[in-house]
Parts: sequence; C-alpha cells; structure tokens
Amino acid sequence: MSEVKLLGTQSSFPCARIIWALKLKEVEYEFIEEDLFNKSPLLLKMNPVYKKVPVLIHIDKPVVESLVILEYIDETWKHNPLLPEDPYERATARFWAKFVDEKCVLSAWEAVKSEGENKKKAIETAQEMFEHLEKQIAGKKYFGGEKIGYLDLVIGWTSLWLNAMEEVGGMKLLVPEKFPSLSEWTQNFIRVPAIQDSLPPLENVVNYFQVGLNYLRSLSANKS
Amino acid sequence: MGNDELILLNFWPSMFGSRVKIALEEKGLDYEYREEELPNKSPLLLRMNPVHKKVPVLIHNGKPICESNIIVQYIDEVWNDKAPLLPSDPYEKAQARFCADYIDKKLYEAGKKITWYKNKEGAEEGKKEVLEIFKVLEGALGDKPYFGGENFGYVDISLIGFYMWFHAYETCGNFSIEVECPKLMAWVKRCLERKTVAKSLGDPKIVYEIVLKFRKSWGLD
Repeated sequence: MSEVKLLGTQSSFPCARIIWALKLKEVEYEFIEEDLFNKSPLLLKMNPVYKKVPVLIHIDKPVVESLVILEYIDETWKHNPLLPEDPYERATARFWAKFVDEKCVLSAWEAVKSEGENKKKAIETAQEMFEHLEKQIAGKKYFGGEKIGYLDLVIGWTSLWLNAMEEVGGMKLLVPEKFPSLSEWTQNFIRVPAIQDSLPPLENVVNYFQVGLNYLRSLSANKS
Repeated sequence: MGNDELILLNFWPSMFGSRVKIALEEKGLDYEYREEELPNKSPLLLRMNPVHKKVPVLIHNGKPICESNIIVQYIDEVWNDKAPLLPSDPYEKAQARFCADYIDKKLYEAGKKITWYKNKEGAEEGKKEVLEIFKVLEGALGDKPYFGGENFGYVDISLIGFYMWFHAYETCGNFSIEVECPKLMAWVKRCLERKTVAKSLGDPKIVYEIVLKFRKSWGLD
C-alpha cells in the first residue's frame, strides 16, 4: 500500500512536473494512469472541483494543481530543496511559474490551434512570451542556478512537449537562433538523469496533443 | 528590519491590491501608499512591472514584487516573527494555496461578466457562475469562523477584497448576495470587524459609481 500515489497521464506535462519532483526528492510513489475520457471514481472524489490530473494523494489526502503540489512536495520532503531559500528569489520563481502557466502555455497552444493569418499572429505572441524566459535564463545553466529547481520543472514542458506541440501545429516556436539560451537550457534539462529517465516517448505526446486538438475542434464545430 | 522601505503601488478599487494592504496592516508594517490614476499608468509602475504593467506592486528596498498572492506570501515569509498568514502545516498550506488559486482563476472572470455585461443574458450567466463559486467557497468555509480556522489568514485575505465589488455585482446582476449566500455574508461581516480589513477596503458604493463611469466610457451604456 503506497503512502504516495499520483493520479496522472503519461503524456501530461503538469503530471511530469510532479514525477520529476518526486524523483528528485527520491520519494517512492505509485503512479495510477487515468483515462481522461473516462475519469475514475477516485479522481472525481479526490479532485471534485476541477476533475483534472495531476492529483497527489499522500496518506489518503489529495493535493491538486501542479504548482501547489510542487510546493507541498518541497515542504514535506525537505532534502534536495526545489525552491530557493531567500524570500525574494522565491517570489521571483513563483512569479515566473505563474507567468509560464498563464501566458506561455496558453499562447503556445493558441499557436497550435490557430490557422492562417491568426496563426501568424499567435506565433508572434507566443514568441514574445518566450523572450521573457530567454532573458531569465541568459547566463545561467538552470533557472535554479547550478542545480535544477522548481522553475526548471515548471518550464520543463518547453523541451519534449513543445516539440510535440510544434509538430501538431505545423510550426516552430522555439527557434534556436532567436532563443539560444532557452534552447541550450532545454538540452541541459533533458540530460539531467531524473528527467531523462522519465520522459515519455515523443510520439505518445504528439498523439496526446493531436487527440486534444481534434476534440477541441469537434466541440467548436458542434457549437456553430 | 527597522530600515525597510516599502512602497505599494495600487488602484484602491482593486480587490488584488487590498490583499497586500491587509497583509501589511496585519504585520503592522509602515509603508508608503501610492495611488495609480488608472488607466494612466505611472512610469514607476511600468518600470517595476514591465511584464504585466498591473497593480498591485510592492517595492521593498527598491526591488519589486508582483502578483498579489505572491506578494502576500512574500510578506508572510519575510516578516515571519508575527501574525502568520499561512498555516505552518504543509497540507493545510496546500489547501490554502489551492483555495486562493481557485478564487484567482474563477471569481474575477465571473465577476467581470456581471459588471461589464453587454446584455441581460451575459449578466445572468455571470451571476450564475459567481453564485456557484460562492457556494464552493461556503463549502470550504464550513462552520469555521475564517477559512483558516480560528485565525484570519491567507484565504480570507485573498477573498475579502472582492467585497468592495459585491454592491456592483448585485446591482448589475439584480440579485442579493445576503439572500443567496448568508454564510458568506456572515464571514464578510466578521472580517470587516477587523481594523486591518476595515481600513484597507474602499466604499462599495463608490466602486459601483466607477463601474458605471467605465461602462459609459466603453459604450456599454
């Protein structure tokens, strides 16, 4: 009977953030794969508000929302800290994490979904968001400094998952010539053993996003 | 800690800015308050929050901290010797963060649907959403005096600023929050008894007048 359970899907990057955190903290956990088109009673019970993954269940108590889970993990298992100790640096890391989830991810997805002239504009917008991250990583090996930390885990989707989005969306966002530091960081990031060992196959993630896109398109087709 | 310089850039009707005011008051901190004359943003605001260009911004010894819930956590972590705002237990902290995050993700957008309605259906949709959110929050509050339990804290601070907008929601949406959510209003009254809250919140009637002014300037009325 595992003390720590993670409800998730293999291809979801918010779930990957939690897997990486648990691996970095060397915490044993049981992974329970969810079918998002057929959600389990356990998921609906543990996350009644959003009904989403990831859900961390620690001694039968649920924690939801990946950024909240990351901080919970960091505070519960104190070795190998993920967040900086200094309050100002912590506030800065939290600020950029929120920015990534509210602006970067959504704008990248918008670029995937859009077509024609809208697509061009959406690509420009997404790249403006990446400019901010480029400035933040310039001159540093990781967002956390010498070792990976909270913000690296949050931005980790710009490695494999962004590649998958680019393939599904038929476009390139993270252009190495425009974003040399961020591109280099993605390579450093996926080479970290805890990360490397837990990357899902690219084709699975491509398929995951393609299914998601098809579903969204079918919803809007039914609306009109 | 005696030589700390604290400046708060804010626009007084902001439910987000009031979070920071309340946190500073709870900790008994001296700070300089600077009102932003929105929609005209000061050069200082644009310099201190170049990414979002929004209030509130707390400037501590020249360094900016942005995003209200992040600012409140920062204040709690720096001045950790008194009036703790977040619980110390990691699980309770996670619950508090989840609740504050839920308020951020849901309530502001739903409220906007009411105040900036284009037609009756839009306002009605906003009202339905706001009431659903209030029901969820009443569930989280339960029978406790505050969201954090016996003590006023992070989630209470996260939500109470929205009280300034209740009159606007009620008038634009044609409903009574007291009638629909009496438990929530009892919690509001309890919070307003705190000096730190009473002095940090502006007049809901003036917020409504501002809503009307903006509605006119945007051609909604």
